[in-house]
Amino acid sequence: MKYLLDFRLKEISHSSPDDAMLVLEATDPVKGRKALGEARPGQFVNIQVLRSHSTFLRRPISICDVDADRALLYLYVKNAGPSTAALCSAPVGETFSILMPLGNGFDFSHRPERPLLIAGGVGIAPMLLTAKEMNKAGIRPGILIGAVSADRLILTRELAEAGELFISTDDGSLGEKGFVSQHSALGRPWTDIYCCGPLPMMKSIASIAAGRDIPCQVSLENVMACGVGACLCCVEDTKEGNLCVCKEGPVFDTKRLKW
Amino acid sequence: MEKENINLSVDLGRGLVIENPVMTASGTFGYGPEFGDIVDLDRLGAIIVKGTTLAPRQGNAYPRMAETPSGMLNAVGLQNKGVDYFINHIYPTLDHIKSPIIVNVSGSQPDDYAEVCRRLMPLDRVKAVEINISCPNVKEGGMAFGTTAAGAQAVTDAARRAWDRHLMVKLSPNVTDITEIARAVEAKGADSVSLVNTFLGMAVDVERRRPVLSTITGGLSGPCIRPIAVRMVWQVAKAVGIPVVGLGGIASGRDALEFIMAGASAVEIGTANFVDPAATMRVLDEITGYCRRHGVRNLDELRGII
Repeated sequence: MKYLLDFRLKEISHSSPDDAMLVLEATDPVKGRKALGEARPGQFVNIQVLRSHSTFLRRPISICDVDADRALLYLYVKNAGPSTAALCSAPVGETFSILMPLGNGFDFSHRPERPLLIAGGVGIAPMLLTAKEMNKAGIRPGILIGAVSADRLILTRELAEAGELFISTDDGSLGEKGFVSQHSALGRPWTDIYCCGPLPMMKSIASIAAGRDIPCQVSLENVMACGVGACLCCVEDTKEGNLCVCKEGPVFDTKRLKW
Repeated sequence: MEKENINLSVDLGRGLVIENPVMTASGTFGYGPEFGDIVDLDRLGAIIVKGTTLAPRQGNAYPRMAETPSGMLNAVGLQNKGVDYFINHIYPTLDHIKSPIIVNVSGSQPDDYAEVCRRLMPLDRVKAVEINISCPNVKEGGMAFGTTAAGAQAVTDAARRAWDRHLMVKLSPNVTDITEIARAVEAKGADSVSLVNTFLGMAVDVERRRPVLSTITGGLSGPCIRPIAVRMVWQVAKAVGIPVVGLGGIASGRDALEFIMAGASAVEIGTANFVDPAATMRVLDEITGYCRRHGVRNLDELRGII
């Protein structure tokens, strides 16, 4: 079920000058709890950004975390243009119209034995809810995250609680130096890979996974309009033809992709 | 309670009577169920579904969309699974919807349009077809038919012979004189015209020094085109005797009423569905609110008053 709800910005915090963690509270707590309770890891919301005058369409942002009981939604946003800049500098109390939850999300219904979550940059955000939901299902995943430098890593404390955390940074300021695709932890006998991050990173992880015959799910981020599979703008050219990333994805088994 | 004594129903002719003037624009609302959690589909005047062609179409390559000031460019290119897939797999899932279904029909030659219409004829809940002679995003057919009176007539004529329920023809604004095309399709038996489809536009990514869209050009929609669309509806409403359906950037009841006062019998809500998935319901409520405030009991009191 999809919900169109208003959320009020309750808290905003920054871990770098160009990002923000938004804690949003549903103005209608009853509907909010329902919508948030249905949110699955890897799903996203389509949020309206009225304060940016050059922004016409909603913006898809992955769900970082939810606290359904308190009707709270956590979104991590990186400033990459006028709409995300407006989100990163939003005043506490601002109300946003949010369409959610959207897309399919990561699938771990088969109860993977030794899953590894791999994420880079802003792609780390959806891995928090993913790891927490895996924990609820009795699974403790490996979590490999990477960033340019240590100060650009987010959620390290929370992720370390939810699984075995591995870190890589391009400059070696924390964890292993290099890309996540070069991290030694990749060599362990993982049974499943879940990946979210920049396209080149996901492609290199997908190719490593394919080489070792490990099932790999990736979360895509094509430019979207409607978010519900109506406009057919965000299509990915897959082995099954053009599929909407917003509806058939954003998470795809890499076997379906032409990578 | 909303009923009061305000009657918003519209008779568009040849059996197409809609409960209210708010319809969905093809390509912006899927087949309806995509918005079913947000919108009461039974309250829509009609649902105009995604453009349907004889054979399946993969559409154009990604990227297909560019956000623009108060609007967007799209170059979807009529991606759809073909009329037979619609008939066998989609139409049955629309069973629970009480609003009339209107199928938007596209093709690359007049016979294609006719054949799609012929196959749709047995579907009694399809109360009308909207003939798309105005898609700017396909190489052949589409807009090519809509930019000359002869092309528009050829398609309208073929569809008219294959379809005996309501025939709406969707016009392209990418012409010098839209009234000429409107009159041409009226002469070939169109029961109504809907206008406007998107305006041909283009956006350039200056950082990458190339077009944003894979097709270079695409169709511009959204509030940025509304004043031009209102002007064209006003011109066409004065030029033809058949009902005119107005669309182009409608996002509020006030916007819809602009079209109605300019001569539109009904309206279609398109790009606004992406910005506000509940836009159709809001537009309908705002039209009703306007009527209540101004003591309007029937939209005939407002239609074409300009």
